[in-house]
Amino acid sequence: MSLMTLTERLMPHLLLAPILLPMLTAALMLTLGEKYQRTKLLMNISSCLIGLVIAMALVKWSNQDGMATSMNVYLSGNWAAPFGIVLVLDRLSALMLLTTSVVALCAVVYSGARWHRVGVHFHPLFQFQMMGLAGAFLTGDLFNLFVFFEIMLAASYGLLLHGSGKSRVQHGLHYIAINLAASSLFLIGVSMLYGITGTLNMADLARIIPSVSSADRGLLHTAAGILATAFLIKAAVWPLNFWLVPAYGSATAPVGAIFALMTKVGIYTIVRLWTLMFSSEAGPSAHFGSAWLILGGLATMLYAAISMLGTQRLGYVAGYAAILSAGTLLAAAGFGQNLMTSALLYYMPSSTLAVAALFLITDLIERWRTTDGASVRFEDEEAPFLTAELLPRDGFNLDEDEEVLIGRAIPAAMAFLGLSFMLCTLVISGLPPLSGFIGKFAMLSALLNPLGLGSSAGTQIGWLGWLFMGLLIATGLMALTALVRIGIREFWSSISRNTPELKVIEGLPLAILLGCCILMVTHGASVMRFTQRAADNLHAPGNYIRAVLETHPKPSPTAKPVVAPEIPTVLPETGFGLAPQAPAGGTEP
Amino acid sequence: MEIVLAIAIGVLTGSGVWLLLRPRTFQIIMGLLLLSYAVNLFIFSMGRVGLAIDREPILQPGVPTDLMHYADPMPQALVLTAIVIGFAMTALFLVVLLASRGMTGTDHVDGSLSNDVQEAP
Repeated sequence: MSLMTLTERLMPHLLLAPILLPMLTAALMLTLGEKYQRTKLLMNISSCLIGLVIAMALVKWSNQDGMATSMNVYLSGNWAAPFGIVLVLDRLSALMLLTTSVVALCAVVYSGARWHRVGVHFHPLFQFQMMGLAGAFLTGDLFNLFVFFEIMLAASYGLLLHGSGKSRVQHGLHYIAINLAASSLFLIGVSMLYGITGTLNMADLARIIPSVSSADRGLLHTAAGILATAFLIKAAVWPLNFWLVPAYGSATAPVGAIFALMTKVGIYTIVRLWTLMFSSEAGPSAHFGSAWLILGGLATMLYAAISMLGTQRLGYVAGYAAILSAGTLLAAAGFGQNLMTSALLYYMPSSTLAVAALFLITDLIERWRTTDGASVRFEDEEAPFLTAELLPRDGFNLDEDEEVLIGRAIPAAMAFLGLSFMLCTLVISGLPPLSGFIGKFAMLSALLNPLGLGSSAGTQIGWLGWLFMGLLIATGLMALTALVRIGIREFWSSISRNTPELKVIEGLPLAILLGCCILMVTHGASVMRFTQRAADNLHAPGNYIRAVLETHPKPSPTAKPVVAPEIPTVLPETGFGLAPQAPAGGTEP
Repeated sequence: MEIVLAIAIGVLTGSGVWLLLRPRTFQIIMGLLLLSYAVNLFIFSMGRVGLAIDREPILQPGVPTDLMHYADPMPQALVLTAIVIGFAMTALFLVVLLASRGMTGTDHVDGSLSNDVQEAP
């Protein structure tokens, strides 16, 4: 409880800490030369640890009962909401911050084993990436979102190129080009929205959208579509995701692990903006684009699952697993149902943790294979564990003295690696008893009972719902097949391999990531309660809008009190539409 | 004036997209540059009451203080930020382009050889 009282005293200024802490740490680290790599590593780890504690405090803070929601709004510069820049904390942002901090801590500890030495400025770039991510989760303003996206992307370009090498530079080139093009789309969408509504504040935007004149509504939907395309590129939705797998696959392991978060930023912004702008309270624009999100998500799931089956390289399988989880989340988001969103918010952290862990395991397995002189490379072979008659090959499951491998002790490192891989497989393919299963089960349950258990009799699921249900189960099976095939090849049919070397500093992050997945199961009820409340808030955007717009600036201690400026309730003419202003909430499409 | 600006944005975007789809890295960077010019002009034209022609940018005594008599300051602030960020990102892309040219020996976006070889750190 002492953490809570401390948080209470620091709020609302603590809201700035997830952005300021990485920024200051990175700035400090930039002043140190390259020979202080160890000091920088320690600074990075401690900054991530403090960030984790702050994120926990914010999660606890955001989850209080019956508190004034306006306490979660920070007016930077002390300007009232639609005019100044605001930071907003709700359960969704707090959850994303916590996930980010956990993955970041694990990635940076893992990088300490060897990866942080293969290039320069790893640690400052890593902290700038954290700053961009935290800012994107906390901001309540569209243009600020753009700025934080660019901070995050600029750092990620550097991190992707970390370690250099031909493959990284080449795929980095693709990654930068596609992200620059996406940023152009982002800017076009944002400026169109500004031209139509006259605001960039998300809450104000949500307030204005129902009363946009019917002549401007088509333009508004175009702007939203362009903006969504920019986010969908980040979220790796199907025809826009061919850059992802080679880029993530060629990045170093800790970078791959935090890149697992980058697709989730796209999902986060879509969930946040879509529930705000096109909620059921948005008049004629309610649920605009819902079918597009669902269909895009379904296509992404199918593409990722087929690609997983068709890929022999483990690094690429991890990339496709990231796409699979993004597709699942996107389709779930498109339904716009309370229970479904709650399931989505449960599934998001667990799949992120598992994909991040898979990137780390991939690196360990790759190294194990390359340091092992006698090993066979399977790149171009067909599945090596199957013969034509489906019988075990000669010498299979026997050691070199032709003795059956029974009662032989498995080396601890190999057991740990194998067990971690197995847990990852369980979460990614959604098998019990781990959190992937609970997330997917909650989604299925929300599909069948959209209004809650026992009160949904007579509701129609619709063909999109049935399709989603089928794909959710089928892609799980396909992912399971692909991962089990790799597991058999790497851990069972490795006849003449030496024991893998595993440092504690490499095992610990894996244990933390997968431990969090297990914790999400053992504390499933409270996590679910949290995500359910987050989803309730998301689907009642009135709370968010009121909280942001009703926060008044603090009066200056010396000057006379500031009067909050009047917000116009009627929109002035935009000059874009040709028809005269329609009454608010007009029925024309 | 509107039609001139609209045509300019259209031509810049069209050329930018065409260059972006070309296989040489230099063409891509030119395409990205043209695209960012087009986007900057577009943001400029997205002021609250359309394009501000013959309107004051700064408050003047004697002129009513509403957007009908002044240029909207918001797009200008947005354009400034977008220019700075776009400039920095283009410079970064240029560096990566040169590194890729040096490593692969070609200016093709995919390099000339198969890129399946995984480098050791």
